[in-house]
Amino acid sequence: MARLNVNGSEREFDAEPDTPLLWVLREQLGLTGTKYGCGIAQCGACTVHVDGAPVRSCVLPVSALQPTQKITTIEGLSPDTSHPLQKAWVQLDVPQCGYCQSGMLMAAAALLKDKPRPTDTDIDAAITNICRCGTYNRVRAAIKVAAGETRAAADAGIDVVHVVRSARA
Amino acid sequence: MNHPVIDTPGATAVTRRGFLGSTAALGALAAGGGFVLGFPTRAAAQGAAPEITAWVVVHPDERVVIRIARSEMGQGTLTGLAQLVAEELECDWTRVTTEYPTPGQNLARQRVWGNFSTGGSRGIRESHDYVRKGGAAARTMLVQAAAQGWGVPAAECRADQGVITHAGSGRRTTYGAVAAAAAKLTPPADVALKDPKDWKLVGQRIARLDTVEKTNGRQVYGSDLRLPGMLNAAIRDCPVFGGKLRGFDAAAVEKMPGVRKVVRVGDSAVAVVADTWWRAKNALDALPVDWDYGPNLQQQQAAIDATIRAGLDAEQAAVGNRQGDAKAALASAARRIEAVYSYPHQNHATMETMNATARWTPERCEVWTPTQNGEAALAATAAAAGLPPAQCEVYKIHLGGGFGRRGAVHDWVRQAVTIAKELPGTPVKLLWSREEDMAHGLFHPVTQCKLTAGLDARGQLQALHMRISGQSILAGIFPQNVRDGRDPVVFQGLNPGGAESAIGYTVPNLLVDHAMRNPHVPPGFWRGVNLNQNAIYLECFVDEIAHATNQDPLALRRELMKNHPKHLAVLDAVAERAGWGRPAPDVGGQKVFRGLAQTHGFGSYVAACAEVSVSREGELQIHRIVAANDCGHAVNPQQIEAQVEGSFVYGLTAMLYGACTVKDGRIEQLNFDTYPMMRIKDMPKVETIVMPSGGFWGGVGEPTIAVAAPAVLNAIFAATGKRIRELPLSRHSLKA
Repeated sequence: MARLNVNGSEREFDAEPDTPLLWVLREQLGLTGTKYGCGIAQCGACTVHVDGAPVRSCVLPVSALQPTQKITTIEGLSPDTSHPLQKAWVQLDVPQCGYCQSGMLMAAAALLKDKPRPTDTDIDAAITNICRCGTYNRVRAAIKVAAGETRAAADAGIDVVHVVRSARA
Repeated sequence: MNHPVIDTPGATAVTRRGFLGSTAALGALAAGGGFVLGFPTRAAAQGAAPEITAWVVVHPDERVVIRIARSEMGQGTLTGLAQLVAEELECDWTRVTTEYPTPGQNLARQRVWGNFSTGGSRGIRESHDYVRKGGAAARTMLVQAAAQGWGVPAAECRADQGVITHAGSGRRTTYGAVAAAAAKLTPPADVALKDPKDWKLVGQRIARLDTVEKTNGRQVYGSDLRLPGMLNAAIRDCPVFGGKLRGFDAAAVEKMPGVRKVVRVGDSAVAVVADTWWRAKNALDALPVDWDYGPNLQQQQAAIDATIRAGLDAEQAAVGNRQGDAKAALASAARRIEAVYSYPHQNHATMETMNATARWTPERCEVWTPTQNGEAALAATAAAAGLPPAQCEVYKIHLGGGFGRRGAVHDWVRQAVTIAKELPGTPVKLLWSREEDMAHGLFHPVTQCKLTAGLDARGQLQALHMRISGQSILAGIFPQNVRDGRDPVVFQGLNPGGAESAIGYTVPNLLVDHAMRNPHVPPGFWRGVNLNQNAIYLECFVDEIAHATNQDPLALRRELMKNHPKHLAVLDAVAERAGWGRPAPDVGGQKVFRGLAQTHGFGSYVAACAEVSVSREGELQIHRIVAANDCGHAVNPQQIEAQVEGSFVYGLTAMLYGACTVKDGRIEQLNFDTYPMMRIKDMPKVETIVMPSGGFWGGVGEPTIAVAAPAVLNAIFAATGKRIRELPLSRHSLKA
């Protein structure tokens, strides 16, 4: 049995040492929010944090990790979907199919930790995840909204949707 | 323990998203495999959650469940369809949730929910009428139940926000209170629908119903599904299309960790079944396989291109649009302009690869899968299971992208069922690797087009011949729909008229024809379908005519579009918003140039104006795109804008990078390193003008893709004088 610290808990699992972290998370630990997209660190759907830094878990063998290293997955980004990025994502209706969004959010969360007010260039450099539905402009605007730029959505030509789901809205 | 019971996040997400489909999944979990699906019948529905109509269930606590037959794959149709039902139902939108009826239930109930197919941007435009009637009928029954309870005429009562009020007495009750009584009433034979001017929910920028769980990892996709005792399978189909599996050495991998079985899958594939997918994939990679590649091993891209090129001048061609006598007019034209364009094979590359979970017994087969067409998935299940459809069921699980790959053909479902038959009673989840997904796509058809324009002495366009040569999707997928060598879908956007996809130009002598040339690569409906390349061919060539005759591209189009006011209206809208006719402001010291495109497809009129700059070193920057869409009725402008933004990512990725090429009979590009995708840094600002003119219902998910590439290609020409006629752009240098 090997051990990992995932989302603040010590977890035991049984996998070959060369198994990528992605598949241990998904298949051994049941944390399926982290996605498989390419297996070659190209698309970023598998992005998680290791000690706060974004990593592409599909190419990271679990044997390269120490049990003391802190792994955070999308399930651990916040206990109640209250991370500023999650709130901004909802406010701007960012996801379409949603499959890439866990990776997008984890990449964005690492960026904001590093640079609380990222520029467009910072976003371009840090968010290299692939989205086929095409949510890029909303991802960019939502990162800025989460960073406190309240005008970011309007500047990008994106109207904030009616978050209150009311017929009287 | 390698198979923990289903993770709780999945269970909660499914519960919220879809009761019918997910009940099966959760029921199976609870019963440990002994679950039998209970069909919700009107009789059975008299309990806790009465079904008022097939589309509406009202709980005693006022929760309203709206049934959605089409698949949500990111395009927002789930929210839009719920808005349509709720509009007529007059319920409280804050209490609305949705659920998918299953294909098996639809079969058992004589297709009460109609067509499940979710493609061709048809989700809303094909079903708006009957889903609204489902909501209106339910409202009528709920009001009638209240009126009967009070002993007053129903006509004296009205409903709003799920509350029924009797005008005379002021008595009030709620939908939840009368739902059980309403469910016992006979549904009205016919109901009147609201006048669009009275819509309260439809037309509003309402937030999607399915966003939160996509931000916290709780949305369950097909590939996330976990059932008790489930095994996992990895598969390899012969990389050369049409090849066969000769044999494999199972003994070489059977002792690898977790491996349970190595199975032949049909004529051409082999799968490894293991406790985890990662172990199955590792064993598959190590498995010695002997392929009979067959005759297609000799196929090369250059030969495919040459065969299609020869079709450009072939005698035989099927006619899609003929006005006047184009050939005679071209022969006598004062001046002719000619150009040849081409469009490559492309893979859908959904972010979630193909997958299905199947459980087979001699009596019953169940499949859990992301599908754009649950009924087609059920048919594929039954065929592969060797069972009647009534003994099969499909549970639709959320799709990680569709784009047409998960619709007409369910090859992965057939494979999953075939594998599950080798392990009766055990659920097996088949997941394709990205490499398998790239190798065995159903590819965007490959075509070329020769365009010949005939001008009179004054430079007026008198004749146009568009000869398309190349692949037919229908010939590959629905050959019964090809009549006398004519595939009508080939002519999308070029048809003489009609509500679906009509050409927006009047040319006195016009001929659009198609010489079918089908390579061995299997084609599929790829988001935007044939509108994609047809709009490039026509819109870039119209631009060529404008430049060759020293006309402004907008002015020429306006002249040719006089008889096509709806096409023209969207074009005018983008030209005006973009500032056509005035120079665009420089960006970073670079001059900015514009390009236009317009088309009509999937029932909607769309146009785009792109602004680009190209540096001396040839670096392209797409700064801004203004897009307009007239889809007749706009159910949720916010979702339309999201679809338009996304359409540019899909269309521009295709234009910039998208090409799947053949070497030795197989596809060369097997992952995103060789099949690159547009990323956030490449994304222009998108300004969307939603301009519904009313009176018709057009699709939204696809049409805008078609104007992305030609608008940018025309802007590139304006910037560089380089006319790109062969895609993708990555094959060309834009260096000055």
